[in-house]
Amino acid sequence: MANLTINGKSINVDVEDDTPLLWAIRENVGLTGTKYGCGIAQCGACTVHIDGAAMRSCGISVSEAVGKQITTIEGLAAANGALHKVQQAWVAKDVPQCGYCQSGMIMAVVALLKEKPKPTDQDINEAITNICRCGTFQQVREAIHAAANA
Amino acid sequence: MNKHITLNRRAFVIGTAAVAGAGLSVGMDIPFGGPTVVRAADGSPEVNVWVVIRPDDTVVIRIARSEMGQGTLTGLAQLVAEELECDWSKVTTEYPTPGQSVARKRAWGDFSTGGSRGIRTSQDYVRKGGATARMMLVQAAANEWKVPASECTAANSTITHTPSSKKTTYGKVVEAAAKLTPPADAEIKLKDPKDWKIIGKSVLRLDTVEKTNGQMIYGADIKLPGMLNAAIKDCPVFGGKLKSYDEAKITGMKGVKKVVKVGETAVAVVADTWWHAKTALDALPIVWDEGPNAKVSSESIAKWLAEGLDNSQPALIGNQNGDAKAVLASATKKVEAVYSYPYQNHACMEPLNATALYTADKCEVWCGTQNGEAAFAAVLEVSGLPADKCEVHKQMLGGGFGRRGMTDYVRQAVTIAKQMPGTPVKLLWSREEDMAHGAYHPITQCKLTGAFDADNNLTALHVRLSGQSILFSLRPAALENGKDPAAFQGLSPTGDWAIGYSVPNLLVEHSMRNPHVPPGFWRGVNVNQNAIYLECFMDELALSVGQDPVAFRRKLMSKHPKHLAVLNAVAEKIGWDKPAPQGVFRGIAQHMGYGSYVAAAAEISVTDGNKIKVHRIVASTDPGYAVNPAQIERQIAGSFVYGLSGLFYGGCTVKDGAIEQTNFDTYNSMRIAEMPKVESIVMPSGGFWGGVGEPTICVAGPAVLNAYFAATGKRIRSVPLKDQNISFA
Repeated sequence: MANLTINGKSINVDVEDDTPLLWAIRENVGLTGTKYGCGIAQCGACTVHIDGAAMRSCGISVSEAVGKQITTIEGLAAANGALHKVQQAWVAKDVPQCGYCQSGMIMAVVALLKEKPKPTDQDINEAITNICRCGTFQQVREAIHAAANA
Repeated sequence: MNKHITLNRRAFVIGTAAVAGAGLSVGMDIPFGGPTVVRAADGSPEVNVWVVIRPDDTVVIRIARSEMGQGTLTGLAQLVAEELECDWSKVTTEYPTPGQSVARKRAWGDFSTGGSRGIRTSQDYVRKGGATARMMLVQAAANEWKVPASECTAANSTITHTPSSKKTTYGKVVEAAAKLTPPADAEIKLKDPKDWKIIGKSVLRLDTVEKTNGQMIYGADIKLPGMLNAAIKDCPVFGGKLKSYDEAKITGMKGVKKVVKVGETAVAVVADTWWHAKTALDALPIVWDEGPNAKVSSESIAKWLAEGLDNSQPALIGNQNGDAKAVLASATKKVEAVYSYPYQNHACMEPLNATALYTADKCEVWCGTQNGEAAFAAVLEVSGLPADKCEVHKQMLGGGFGRRGMTDYVRQAVTIAKQMPGTPVKLLWSREEDMAHGAYHPITQCKLTGAFDADNNLTALHVRLSGQSILFSLRPAALENGKDPAAFQGLSPTGDWAIGYSVPNLLVEHSMRNPHVPPGFWRGVNVNQNAIYLECFMDELALSVGQDPVAFRRKLMSKHPKHLAVLNAVAEKIGWDKPAPQGVFRGIAQHMGYGSYVAAAAEISVTDGNKIKVHRIVASTDPGYAVNPAQIERQIAGSFVYGLSGLFYGGCTVKDGAIEQTNFDTYNSMRIAEMPKVESIVMPSGGFWGGVGEPTICVAGPAVLNAYFAATGKRIRSVPLKDQNISFA
């Protein structure tokens, strides 16, 4: 049993300590916006925020996440449902194709903009290393700049 | 044409939320109107199978093809909406199920979503569906007003009686319209393309919001009451079998409910959570009978394919004019080169999965599939139940690229569920399983030989392919006297895959060799390698006689005006006739596939001789009609990521009969830092319907390789580049 704080809520999850946070979020908490893509922290589909920093949740154990603020894609919008400015930019620029990687992509971008509100292309290249097999990168880059200027 | 228009998205969000749980009415076998009104689950009447209109004027458009990111859901809705003359802001979509379609005599036609066919092979009947519905709605209004329908017009979901200016909306007359007899086929007249208002517009996709807030449900996200989760391992050597496993070793591991044999080749662990299932499966001792292929390696496959390049070996002819062999035999100036292209894994972001619930009298499956009907047939076959006891609930696909047109994962899920009647089981492949059991892009080699006359005119070209046939494995009935016509994509004499050059003596042939590794349709399929082979070799030919690669091509393309037009478009936009910026080098390529004409010109720079920065790719496509130009641009840029990932990083190798790559650390994929700027030229010339999702993929590779030669003088003839120590800068 571990106590996790996810999207501002305290939740007890009945899992072994070494369970990857990804699977606790998806299977025990039931928030499926965070995706499984590789399980070895390569693709970024499982990116969440741990105390505000973008982390790949497949590579973090539940025990490491205890006591920290975990934010998933479901926790990004405001309480009234208004989308985060990055999500709004994603909608305006029609970024997603299949969409499966986009939760992780958006979480990585939100963390980047917190650190660098007006990122350069080089900043984007260094910070955003998520895989997208549909190849939405051109729209991702446009939408990051749009969100930064929103 | 390319301008985005802003739309009210609220209707869509509400609509799709309703669809997820709703489904349609089942079992009615009256596909059109008539006295019995067919109703959707919420009670709204169908005007016909494609169109449901709710009393609040919401228009529900049925989509039989599968959305996997390519935008077909939006594009097909545009086609119906155009003829329906409805208010686009009130449009939402839903999938009919394969079971409903079968029960209604295949009312929705083909569900298969591959070969870039979604729009081009259903545009006619879905537009007619929209037109028919509009005519019935107008007739219903005319009946109510007791005026001739010819005095009424429809636009924006509103019907107007022109003489009296009376107006009504679709939602108000739909009940009456649904009771009318549909017009005869001969009475249905589709709009002239010049009058299109929604087709050809870059409307925003209809499925975006839920893909940004975590609400979109993919197959892997399905939750059912009492559901268990399964992890699976299939024999890593293709053609091998499961010999035994030691279940006692994992007995008592947390959450484990059952260990099941899946067919003759695989074993699955079923547990409360997938993480528990996978953990136990990894701990399960398994003995495989590796079978007859345990010694096969990439080297042995390459050797076998190389033998097929020899003219003494049997081959089947895909394109021939003149006598290339004779001309080559007597030619004094010849150029010859051998190319190769490897196995590739689809590596959809969402690993394969399917959820199945089996009881004695029903079998249901929830999954992402590119072919709902094939999945449905698989459920019937494996469950042993009749069609009216089976159903497939299609979910959003986390990528398809051809892989989800297969049904292996569906069969496995039903096989597992059958061993646990009454309990829904979600089977999810690990990424490692996904890498080990792909339906791989086929492996081929190609020897190309060209001959010149004394004036440096190309007099003969011999393209000799050797390697794997997808159809031989997957659709043997489609072979033509043993020949795989798909092997010649982009090299055929005419049709959807026509070569763009006229050579006085041409021979294109295929020595079919089918290794044990299962092949599949991988985005673009055989244009991927055929474009590299032909277009890199055209550069070799041009440069061997000191000619400009574009000028050389143009001389051979006078009888191929559409091929030439897309080539000229990229040459002009990239400034081919002007010098490239300092340190930047250019390459160009053109090809045809899926009925569309495509070309690309790349600008790259190279550092240390082996680090490539792709700055810019100008890409053109003529798909005949461009339903949604912005989505076409996204398909072009996206296809380049898929194709260039395969070129630089891809390649699945075989050792001891099994695939060596296990995950994205050994089968890498491009990141945003490596993404070139893609400038698309969407140039529909009208009069035909070409595909969009796949054709463009094939020209980025040869354009970059030709640019690499321009930069370094080194000709790359095998893929992936990582094996030659070439990487992205």
